[in-house]
Amino acid sequence: MKNLSKYITLCICSAILFNACKKKEDAPIVVEPPIYSITPIIPSGWPQPVYNYASNTLSDAGFKLGRKLFYDVRLSSDNSISCGSCHQQFAGFANSAHGFSHGVNNTLGTRNAPALFNLNWHPSFMWDGGVNHIEVLPLAPITNPVEMGENMNSVIAKLSTDNAYRQLFTDAFGDNTINSQRIFRALAQFQGMLVSYNSKYDKHARGESDGVFTTSEETGLTIFTAKCASCHTPPLFTDFSFRNNGLSYNTALKDSGRAKVTGLTTDSHKFKVPSLRNINVTAPYMHDGRFTSLAQCLNHYATGVQHTQNLDTLLTNGIPLTAQDQLDLTNFLKTLTDNVFMKDERFKDPN
Amino acid sequence: MKTFKIITALTLVSSLFVACKKETEEDHDHTTPVATTPVVTTPVATTGGLTFKFTNSVGVKPMVLNTDSYVNNTDSFTVSTFNYFISNIKLTATDGTVFSETESYHLLKADDAASLQFSFANVPVKNYSSITFTIGVDSLRNVSGAQTGALDPASGMFWTWNSGYIMAKFEGYSPKSTNTTKLVEFHLGGFKGTNSVLKTVTLPLTTNATITGTITPVVEINADLAEWFAPNAISFAMTSSVTMPGAMAKKIADNYANMFTVTKVTN
Repeated sequence: MKNLSKYITLCICSAILFNACKKKEDAPIVVEPPIYSITPIIPSGWPQPVYNYASNTLSDAGFKLGRKLFYDVRLSSDNSISCGSCHQQFAGFANSAHGFSHGVNNTLGTRNAPALFNLNWHPSFMWDGGVNHIEVLPLAPITNPVEMGENMNSVIAKLSTDNAYRQLFTDAFGDNTINSQRIFRALAQFQGMLVSYNSKYDKHARGESDGVFTTSEETGLTIFTAKCASCHTPPLFTDFSFRNNGLSYNTALKDSGRAKVTGLTTDSHKFKVPSLRNINVTAPYMHDGRFTSLAQCLNHYATGVQHTQNLDTLLTNGIPLTAQDQLDLTNFLKTLTDNVFMKDERFKDPN
Repeated sequence: MKTFKIITALTLVSSLFVACKKETEEDHDHTTPVATTPVVTTPVATTGGLTFKFTNSVGVKPMVLNTDSYVNNTDSFTVSTFNYFISNIKLTATDGTVFSETESYHLLKADDAASLQFSFANVPVKNYSSITFTIGVDSLRNVSGAQTGALDPASGMFWTWNSGYIMAKFEGYSPKSTNTTKLVEFHLGGFKGTNSVLKTVTLPLTTNATITGTITPVVEINADLAEWFAPNAISFAMTSSVTMPGAMAKKIADNYANMFTVTKVTN
C-alpha cells in the first residue's frame, strides 16, 4: 500500500514536471498572436489625434466586433453591401477602379469613396466635411439611399437574431445589448486602428535601411516640399482644409462641395484636401473620380487649373511642373504606399 | 513570466479583497433589521417626485395628427409629424435655489404618447415657481459622437450628412405647398454661430409646484405649433421646406421660442 501510494505520488509528480516542460516548449505557440494586440497608435513625430477613445475604451473585443460589422452586408437594406465593399484594404480602403461606388438597388453615388486610414486625426469627414465625429461617420453611408439604404433600427433587429453577435457585444461591452451607440463605437475602434505609417517614405523619415530613396524620389520630395506640402502637409499629407483646386465644374452633378454643408457661397467648389498617403493604389482621383492616373492629376495642376469661383489663391497660376518634375513627383508619391498596412492581417475580412 | 506571476498574485489578492468586502456588505444588510431599534417618529422626506405632461396644439385646437385641419394665416394644413427635443431642465424654487436634472435630454413626439410624459425623482422638498429648459440639444452633444437614449441618432432626429440634431421637426401637408406632394417639412437645427436655433426658455408655473415627498405634483405644459409661424411670418406658399441650418431655420426658431406655456400645476 505504502509502495503503491509512493508510486502514484511519483507518477503525479512526473506528470506535473513533464507537463511543465511541455508547456515551456509549447509556449511560443500558446501565446496569443499579435494580430489581437490592439492598442492606440500614435507614430512618433505625429500630432496628437483628434479622437483618442476617451469615452470608448479600445479593446481587442471591441476591435474584433467593429471589424465584423465593417465587413457585414447586413448593414445594408438588401444584405448586399458592407462597408468593406467600397472600402477595400488592397486599395488603402478606397474603392478601386470606381469613380462612383455601387449602392443598393443598382444605384450609383455622386462622390468618390474616400480612402480610410489615419481617421483619428481627422477633424471632420467626407469630401465636404459634413460629418463631425468618427463615431457618427458610418451613419451616413448606412442610411444613404444610394449607398447602403438601411436604417439603424433594422440593422439592430437583424444583428439581434444572431447569437454570435450577442456574444461579441458581451465581450466588447459587458452585456449583450445591441444598440446604435455600441455599433458605432465598435466601428470607430476598428476604423481608428487603420493607421498607415509604414510606407517607404516613413522608413526614409525614420532613417531605416529599407527607406533609402533613389535620386528621383529624393528630387520628387524636394519638389513636393516646395510646391505641394502647404496643402498636403506631412506627416498626414493633408491640412484637412477645404479648397477649390481648379477642377472644371461638372454641370451634371452640380456638386457645390463644402457649400452644401455651410450654406456659404464662399465655400462653393471647395472640397476637403485628401491625404496623399497610399495615393498610388487609391485611383481614381478627385471628389468625383474624374482622373484615373497620377499623371492626369499632376497634369491638371501643371496646365489644367480652371479659374472657377473661389479658386484657391495658391493655384492662381497653377503649379509649374516640367515633365521631369512630374516624373520625379510621381516616383516620390509612390513611396507613400504602405504595403505593411495593406497586408495587415488584423484588418482583413474575418468571415 | 515574472510579470505574469505578479499579475496573478495581484489578481488573487484583489479577488480576496473583493470577496471580503462583499461578505461584509451582505452581512451588514442581513443584520440591519435586527440591529435597528424601532423608530418612533416617521422620517421627514427630503426629496420627492414631479411629473411633466406635455400636450400639443395648433392655436386653441388640440393637435390631432393626420386627420384634423388647421389654418396658418390663410394656408390650411394638416400635421403628420411634430417632434422636439427638450434638454437641461432646471426647476427654480421660491427660495432661489435651482434643481437641475442630470443627463437631461428628452425627445417628445406627438405620435408617441409615452414620450410626452416623464417624471423626476429626488427633487428636494421645496416650492418651485418656474421651469427653465433648452428647446433642442446643447451644442456639446452635437459634436460628441454616438449618443444613446433620447439622443440615439437612430431616432430620425439627427442629420447624417451634416452632423447635428434636428432640434424640432414639423411635417404636414398644405395645398399651398410648392412641393409636388404638397408636403410641408420644417427640420430645424444648427447649433453653431449666428444661425444657432438653440433657445433657452423660462416658464412661470401657474401655481407653485410643492414637493413634499408624499404627493407627486403634475406640471402640464402645452406646445403650440401655431407659434412657429409668427411673428416672423411664415407662409407655406413661400416656404415649404426648411431642411438645413441657416437663416430661415433661425427665423422659425425665433418664433417657436414662444411655443411653450405651462397650463396647469396639480399638487
